[in-house]
Amino acid sequence: MSLSPLLALTLPTTVPLQGFLAVAAVLFCTGVWGLINSRNAVRVLMSIELMLNGVNINLMAFSSYLDGQLIRGQVFTIFVITVAAAEAAVGLAILLSLYRNRDTVDMERFNLLRW
Amino acid sequence: MSIADSTQFLCFLALSAAVLLGALGVVLLPNIVYSAFLLGGVFLAVAGLYLLLNASFVAAAQMMIYVGAVNVLILFAIMLVNKKETLAAIPGLALRRILSGAVCAGLLGLLLRVDFTTPWALPGPASVGEGATIRIGEHLFSDYLLPFELASVLLLMAMIGAIVLARRDVFSSDVITGEGVDQGLIEKTRTPLLLEKNLQTQPVLEKTP
Repeated sequence: MSLSPLLALTLPTTVPLQGFLAVAAVLFCTGVWGLINSRNAVRVLMSIELMLNGVNINLMAFSSYLDGQLIRGQVFTIFVITVAAAEAAVGLAILLSLYRNRDTVDMERFNLLRW
Repeated sequence: MSIADSTQFLCFLALSAAVLLGALGVVLLPNIVYSAFLLGGVFLAVAGLYLLLNASFVAAAQMMIYVGAVNVLILFAIMLVNKKETLAAIPGLALRRILSGAVCAGLLGLLLRVDFTTPWALPGPASVGEGATIRIGEHLFSDYLLPFELASVLLLMAMIGAIVLARRDVFSSDVITGEGVDQGLIEKTRTPLLLEKNLQTQPVLEKTP
């Protein structure tokens, strides 16, 4: 293997835990930014899904690196996926109802309860 | 260092790049349909990250539930509410974006600092590897039995709630008094109720000569 020393110079030996956590952090912050700044209500729901996926990556990384025998993080991830599916269904139903009543999906015009 | 390790690392880099670029595309692309398809790509890449973490069952669940159900649901919602509308300009939108971007960057900096400065208790216990599915099943039917059953009740409630919210409710008789509802009201529910332009007069039908 003539390629092996070159790879060993440039790459770490295994994927570090910090790498997964960094990806999850960037994904979560992207989701937060999209949640605040989206004007389309469907995109707000998509941003929530991005944030949930960031949290799930965190749970899975900790479960694999720090809790290898009792993988409780994976069980929590399955529960989070379940709740996310329920949330998506109810959220999109609310969105359809809003669209039927206001004839728009612009978040700035859903201001009936604005103080 | 073996070839398997470097392959794993390269896969991690590729999947991370797919996740991060896809997430940026979901948030920033002007066309919402492209955003929805990119969201499916992000879900698939996250499932790949789960495979790198020795979690084949959760990766399969992610693919079936997120890509197969949630993403399709979002695409259907886009089809149902897809209306070309020109968004009214808001004063101070650019300032708002910059401020929220600064807040999110600060949050990201905080998270990354915690990530890279905390002394994690590594290496932890050895991974169960392929036995993960069996271990998840044991958890779900012993110490996580109550959340498991509650999740089924939650899914049932979400299903009923989504149906109730999304259907166009027209009763043939009044719920309280039992009197019949006239068809004019039923026709009226087809039009949006809370439109701002609700007050303007109906267009007068032109008389045919």
